[in-house]
Order: sequence, then C-alpha cells, then structure tokens
Amino acid sequence: MTSPQLEIQLIAVLVAVACTLPGVFLVLRRSAMLSDAISHSILLGIVCAYFIVRDLSSPILVGAAAATGVLTVALIQALERTRLVRNDAAIGLVFPALFSMAVILIAQYARTLHLDTDSVLLGELAFAPFNRFEILGRDVGPISAWVMGGILLLNAFLICLFYKELKVATFDPEFAAAQGLAPALIHYTLMTSVSITAVGAFDAVGSVLVVALMIVPPATALLLSRRLPVIIVLAAGLGVAAALLGYWLAHLLDASIAGSMATMCGLFFFAAYLFAPERGLVTQFQRRQQQKIEFALRMLAIHLAQHENLPEAATENRAEHLCEHIRWDKKFAQRVVRQAIQAGYVTEHNSRLILTDEGRKLAELAVAELM
Amino acid sequence: MRDPTGDAATLWNILTSPTLLTVAAGAAVLGALSGTLGCFAVMRRQSLVGDAVSHAALPGIALVFLLTGTKSSLGLLIGAGIAGWLGMLAVLAITRTTRIPDDTALGVILATFFGLGLMLLTFIQKIPDANQAGLDTYLFGQAATLLREDVMLVSGAACVAFGLLGLFWKELKLVTFDREYARTVGFPVHGLEMLLTVLLVGAIVLGLRTVGVVLMSAMVVAPAAAARQWTNRFSRMVLLAGVFGGLAGTAGAIASSLVRHLPTGPMIVLIATGWAIASLFIGSAHGLAWRWLRMRLLQRKLAEEAVLVNLYELAEAHGDLEHPHGEGAIKALSPPNVSVPKALQVLKKQQLVRESAKGTWALTDKGIAEARNLRSKEGGKA
Repeated sequence: MTSPQLEIQLIAVLVAVACTLPGVFLVLRRSAMLSDAISHSILLGIVCAYFIVRDLSSPILVGAAAATGVLTVALIQALERTRLVRNDAAIGLVFPALFSMAVILIAQYARTLHLDTDSVLLGELAFAPFNRFEILGRDVGPISAWVMGGILLLNAFLICLFYKELKVATFDPEFAAAQGLAPALIHYTLMTSVSITAVGAFDAVGSVLVVALMIVPPATALLLSRRLPVIIVLAAGLGVAAALLGYWLAHLLDASIAGSMATMCGLFFFAAYLFAPERGLVTQFQRRQQQKIEFALRMLAIHLAQHENLPEAATENRAEHLCEHIRWDKKFAQRVVRQAIQAGYVTEHNSRLILTDEGRKLAELAVAELM
Repeated sequence: MRDPTGDAATLWNILTSPTLLTVAAGAAVLGALSGTLGCFAVMRRQSLVGDAVSHAALPGIALVFLLTGTKSSLGLLIGAGIAGWLGMLAVLAITRTTRIPDDTALGVILATFFGLGLMLLTFIQKIPDANQAGLDTYLFGQAATLLREDVMLVSGAACVAFGLLGLFWKELKLVTFDREYARTVGFPVHGLEMLLTVLLVGAIVLGLRTVGVVLMSAMVVAPAAAARQWTNRFSRMVLLAGVFGGLAGTAGAIASSLVRHLPTGPMIVLIATGWAIASLFIGSAHGLAWRWLRMRLLQRKLAEEAVLVNLYELAEAHGDLEHPHGEGAIKALSPPNVSVPKALQVLKKQQLVRESAKGTWALTDKGIAEARNLRSKEGGKA
C-alpha cells in the first residue's frame, strides 16, 4: 500500500464516521431526506460566498455553505408551517430551486472557475491527497483529513454533550418540550451539524455519497438493533467497513471510489434486510418454518398418545396414516416423523410409531397448554 | 444607433427557429406529463419519489450501455425505466416489511442505486473504446439536444399516459384519496397503484433528458403544489398542474435560448418553483395573501364594533345616550392594538357617530340602534 492509498482510506473512514453520527438521529427523527436537501443546496452558499471573496479555498465558503444548509431547513419548515404543502412536498420544492440557482449562477458568471457541478455531485476522493496541509513549512497530511477529523470530533462532542437531550427530543418531542428542552434548538443544532458535515464531506466524496453515508449505515443499524448506543456504534462501524471495502472495490474495478462506497453501504443494508437476527426476511422465514415443525411435533405426539394402547393403534399409528388423519402431505409427514425420531420423541417398529417417555411428556405438556 | 426593427426581427427569428420550437414543444409535453402525474404523487405523500426514481435510474442506463453498447435513447430509456421501477418496488418492500421510516427507505434506495450506477459508469469509461454514456446529460439534462424524434416519442408516451388516466380516472382518484374504501369496494388496489407507479416512473425517466436527475423532483412537485392552491377539486388540480408544467417547460426553454449560457433544466425548475411559491400567496383557494387580507378586514371590523359598543356604554353611564366623549376615554376602554381614531373615521362615514366638537364623539340615532343590536348579539352568544 502506498502512502496516498493509506491517506485516501483514512479520509474515507473519517468521512464515513463523521456522516453516520448525525445520520443516526436524522433517520430516527424521520428527516432523512433533509440530508439530501442540505447536501445539494449548500452549493448555492459556496457559489454566493465565492462571488464575494473570490477564493475557492477560503474558510468563509464553508461557513456560508453551512449557513445555506440551515437556511434550507428553515425554508422547508416555513413552507410546511403555512399548512399549504406537506413536509415531503416542501423538501421537493426547496432544494431543487436552490440548486438550480447555483447551477445558473455558475453557468452565467463562473464558467472559468474550477467549480464544475459534476465534481460537486460526484466528488473525487482520489484527488483528495493532492491538497496538502502545511504547518510552518512542514507537511502534516492532506487538508481533507484534517478538516474531516475536526468535523468528526465536533459531531462526537455535540452528541456526547447533548446525548440525553437528543434522545428525548428524538423519541418523545412533546415530553422534551414539556421538560423545557427546546426541541427547536436541538433540531437546529443537529441541522447545523449535518450542514457542516455535508460541506466538509462533499468536497471529498460528493453530495450523493454524503446522503449514502448519512442514511444507509444508520438504517442498516436500525435493522440490527433497537438500542440507541448500539445503533450509533454499529452505524459508525458499518460506515468504516463500507469505506474500506468500497475503496478496494473501486481499486479492483478502477471505478469511482464514492460510487463503490455507496454500493458497499447498499450491500450491507441488503444483507441486514435479509439476515438480521430478529427481523431479517430470511431469518423470519426460517423461524416460521421452525415453528411449523415444532407445532407438527406436538400434533404428532398428541395423536400417538390418543391412540396408544388401543386396538386401532396398529392402523392409526403408522406414518402413512398421518396423511389421512391430520391431513399432512406425504413429504411433510415424513419430515415430521424423521424430526420426531431424531428428537427422541418417537421410535419406529415395523412401520409402527411408538411414543417414547419423552414423547408422552411432550403430549401431556401440549394438551395441558391447550387446555 | 441600433435598429429596433432589426432586433425584433432577430428575436422573431430565434423564437421561430426549428430548434427552439422542437425544444420548447418537448419541454412543454414533458412538463405537462410530470405535472399531471405529480398530482397523484403529491396527494399520496410521495413527493420525493421523483427524486428517488430519477437517481435509481442510473444503474439501468449504465447496465444497458455496458451489455449492449447502445447509445440509442430508447434503449437507455428502457433500462432507466426498469431500474427506476425496481427502485420504487424496493422502497415499497422496505417500508412494508421493516420498521424503517419511509423517507429513510427513499434515501437508502436513492443513494445506493445512484452509487452503483456511478460505479458502473466510471467502470465503463475506463474500458477502451467505450465512449461515455452521457453522464452529464443525465445529471443535468440537455433539453437543447432534443430531436424531432424525441419529441414524437415523448408525445406518444404522453398520449398513452393521458389516455390511461382518463380511462381509469375514477378508480385512480379513489385509490389516491381513500385506499381502504377502494379495497373494500373491490377495486384492484395493487394493480391501480402499480399503474400509477409505472406511469410516474415513465414520466420521470422521460423527463431526465430535459432537467436532469437532481431537478426532476421539482418537476413532479412544483406544478402540483402550485395547482393545489387554486382549486379544491382534484380534476381541476390535475388539469392546472398539467398546464403549469407545460408552461414552465416552454418558458424555460425560451428563456434559455434568449440568454447565452442559461441552462434549460434549472431555468424550467426555477420558473415552476417560482410559480408554486407565488401560488402559495395568491392562489384563489388557499392563498396566504387572501388569508392575511381576510384576517385584517375581520380585525378592523371587530375593532369598529368594539369602539361603537364602548361609546354606547360610556354614554349609557351618563344617562344620555347621545352624550359626547373624548377619544381618550374611548381609547382607555379599547384593547391596545385597536386604532381608535381610524375606527371612528370609518364609523363616521357610516353615519353611526358624529364629531360633536374637536376630538369628542357622540352616537347618532343610527349608531345607538346598531350598538344595541351588537350588544344583544353578544348577549345572545353568552
């Protein structure tokens, strides 16, 4: 591994963790799409600030962009408050308009400027190590790493400081308001954090990947756990894994790093969707199958116990007869009998099924439960 | 000196040039189509579906290009349509089977599909001899490259879509507003929703050519949001949204052909959104301006009535109903936000009070009757 490769991965990991931290709360507060709105509309802030300071590397640009992000949220809320449009429509109205203004401004007045809209949307992480940060003439690493590291620390600090408030305001806003926690203040603090993160990250990875990292790992974590601290740690971990694996996937295919990272995020989500321990689709399917067999074992035990030691036992307690009496199809009956023998509930003699002591206990238990 | 007639002639030439006519026609049809179908999305609280579908279409475009090497717009359109439709299905599956909120589901699909598409496209670009499948066009739209054939295709699709809307109008309306009722009455709810989804995905995928992926959501939301402010009837809303979308498309196309370097897509979006915001204020059904005006008029009327009743009660205390009082006394009785002199002037015009001396006011006979009337109304309410 060369040193630029290491640096790219470092930046990718920093971006991923910095994005997932506020992302968890966005997802839980049902305002995930605000990240999409903010990450697009900050372009307008950057363009406007550029016209004033005429310097693309000025920190004022970052401040202006973050302010535009917060302004976007305020505009969306103002529209919503008229009660003439709903929240989703308000988002759909505001950010395309702000983004359009930015694109038009660039096309009209700043075509010579290196601020092409592609790179804003898509980002190019591969170029991030070229911009170096120097202190007293000494090279201390890429600027992006320092910026993203700072933003990551800021986000972590904010979440630690306001953890309790955020939690209450997220899960029970009315209670939070009643406790005097000022949900609006918490909301705007979170939105400021999202805006600053988006500004810092989109330079490196582009605005669409900002959305991917903010929403997808937290959503995946939400499938895997119900506890907030676990969700936060899981989301950050998934973000890191997606960043590293995404980088190597991009390396392998010689494709966009941002795109590969987003793809990895999606793969993780899909895997969790199928195999999450409690609520995954496949897991649920297996559990249902398991329950079906367990129920069938009880049925079998009750059936055998019913006819045990009676004259008709010779005909009733045969594997083939189950199909007629309990209306199982042949394959299923065979499977249940096999499972019952394996579990030691039943033994088979000359194709007659005989309950063991274990089996009798199961039957008694099942009948008692039914009663 | 510039020759004004010459300028007008140039303008006329630009406006009637075949290129502009084609582009304007295409943008108009696409605007009308997405505006019409957007109404259903907005009323079903799916305004951001446009955003998700347009992003989700990218891997379809990339895959079609990768597998067949075609750059024909029809092939890419079909790929985009299938991918966008799959994205929609995935969003539905996630919201139905997990406890993930619906907006998060949209975001997940939007970002991962787009990321996958981006990865595939950048992969394609690095294959020797492969020319880019027009990522730029897809991202920002290029209305200026619309050809006659494109316009024909779009118009044909729009005719089919409008035809289907007309055919299933009643059913689609019911599914949009009362899904449960539609189900109990025995309508094939899933089939109808699928029809709406397919139509919307089709409109979005077609629209990508003109405004691009980022701005497509505005074309779905803005005309519908604008139309909603002018009427309470869904049929009128759909028609209006179609008209607004079409006009925004035409106006954007014309504006960008008149000004150099003015991108068409963003211009169309700005016009559509601007009109939506304006409609929020002046829309005849719900406009904020009318709401504000009504409030003001009502407030003023209440203030005048309060002043009249106060004057009556002051005079009553004197045992002489026509006893004049100074403005100060009336002011002291009225709430602080009421402008007493203005109210008195209005009352004077209505001949309910008269100014007996400078700054002192007394009720007229008509005023006494009116004040009694108001008091009995108030008493009746209490």
